[in-house]
Amino acid sequence: MKSETIVNKKIAEEKKTITDANHNGNGTPKTEDGSAALVHENKDNQELIHSHITVKNLNVFFGNNHVLKDINISIPDKKITAIIGPSGCGKTTLLKSFNRLLDSTNGTKVTGQVLVDNEDVYDPKTEITHIRKKMGFLSQRPFPLPMSIYDNVAYGPKIHGLRKRKKLDEIVEHYLKSACLWDEVKDRLHTPATRLSIGQQQRLCLARGLAVEPLIILGDEPTSALDPVSSQRIEELFNSLKDSYTIAIVTHILRQAKRIADYVVFVYMGEIIEHGPAKQVFESPKEKLTEEYISGIIS
Amino acid sequence: MMRLLKDKIASKVMMLLTAIFVLVAVFIGYGLYMRSRPLLAKRSLWELITSEGWKPFKGEFGFFPFIMGTVWITVLSILIAMPLCLLTSIYLSEYSHKSIRQIARPLIDLLAGIPSVIYGIWGVIIVVPLIEKFIIPYSTEFSTGYNVLAGGIVLAIMIFPLIINIVTDVFNTIPQELRDASLSLGATKWETVKHVILKKALPGIIAATVLAISRAFGETIAVLMVCGNIPETPKSLLSPAYPLPALIANNFGEMLSIPLYDSALLFAALLLFLIIFIFNAVSKLILMNIERKTT
Repeated sequence: MKSETIVNKKIAEEKKTITDANHNGNGTPKTEDGSAALVHENKDNQELIHSHITVKNLNVFFGNNHVLKDINISIPDKKITAIIGPSGCGKTTLLKSFNRLLDSTNGTKVTGQVLVDNEDVYDPKTEITHIRKKMGFLSQRPFPLPMSIYDNVAYGPKIHGLRKRKKLDEIVEHYLKSACLWDEVKDRLHTPATRLSIGQQQRLCLARGLAVEPLIILGDEPTSALDPVSSQRIEELFNSLKDSYTIAIVTHILRQAKRIADYVVFVYMGEIIEHGPAKQVFESPKEKLTEEYISGIIS
Repeated sequence: MMRLLKDKIASKVMMLLTAIFVLVAVFIGYGLYMRSRPLLAKRSLWELITSEGWKPFKGEFGFFPFIMGTVWITVLSILIAMPLCLLTSIYLSEYSHKSIRQIARPLIDLLAGIPSVIYGIWGVIIVVPLIEKFIIPYSTEFSTGYNVLAGGIVLAIMIFPLIINIVTDVFNTIPQELRDASLSLGATKWETVKHVILKKALPGIIAATVLAISRAFGETIAVLMVCGNIPETPKSLLSPAYPLPALIANNFGEMLSIPLYDSALLFAALLLFLIIFIFNAVSKLILMNIERKTT
């Protein structure tokens, strides 16, 4: 946590004045209207990244279990961010907190803020459905909805009010193509999605998520249940999608993070130990814990 | 050596027990058939189940009113119970807080454990007077509060816990990730329930309905206390009814000196047995068909 200080500043029009930004250490993060941004106060590389997702002082409790402790992070846009860390360290919880999939009925308590395009996800006044629509979500194992392949992709657009058959046909075709699945399923669009192979199912889930036109793709170890070939296809897909989407994936496979991540967040025992550009975190980690994790001393 | 022997003996004993239970079902059916034969020898099966007159003294045995009484009350109870139970189960598994669930489930189980005669009494002192007070005055038909409606309501409440428990369990087996998948696309909870949960749970819901119907078919005491017991085919919800189990329970052991009467009552039992058997078999087939289609 101390390794870097994130300072949220009013920016947008003042990109070049960053050097004047609060250098006095941990100035309390400020929110302003306009786009949120984060500044890495590294001496040598100062960069400014616009961010759809900014987390501020987030704490999550499952009953008495303090799962996430004082999380502050911004997820850089149009990059692949890998959230890494050992099992049970809270990385999935962090990911799910982004679109409030945690607010189930089992005594989960959340304090702090998750700002998605400056809207607080945990503000009771926030209409969560339109925030969730901004984020496609891929779970560990694919979970196709109990309907046909076509209806899986059309589900989101239909929920949001699209009824025209022709438009739906176009959307289904377009996003199945984006997920590199179209050629394999175009002749059986109306068969149950559960008959697809597991790798195809995961790509279908991706197409389903893309069909609501999100800005962000969240993946919770999206390749962990897949065979190596299917995993590789998903990784390739992420790489091709990152020009248009902000992607955040949880992974416990370090090699995967090294292969595809542009930005890395290392979580350990519910805390963010270190985060930064992938190259920096992997090659010259600032924290001892990170180094130990990356070199395999702890896992 | 001893251990293997024990294993073999245990397996044989359990097999024997299973065989006995299966045979009990077969013997019940066979016994009922043997005792109904005197009646079946004199009248055709078709005549028995489609004719209306019930005058044992004159040798008239028409089972149609009883069959229809059973069907009316059972169908009505399912129609009342199913929507209410579905909504309750949806609430319990999808919306309610854990603490509410922890209170509600044991109470519902308690409802399941109440003896049916208590439901019957409750029907007589609460449901029947309520129907007499609030519904009969608006009806053109002459009727008492002892009718199909009263039987249906009491029976519906009796099968609530059965349906709620099964359906809630079915909902609970649906993986959270499936809900998340729908929610993360921007669907509301209700949309998720409507399009995903109910669809996924359909085979389970059908199975619960089948069990509830089987239970309702056979329920005796509570129903016979409130449904009027007049051997006429019901014409409306406010007509009295006389379901098959009530017929057997009310009359078996009395006036068995009347020729064929004993045989007729056991034929009623055979009918009940067969209806439930066929109903279960058909619904098994339907379930298998649904599962094949969706997976």
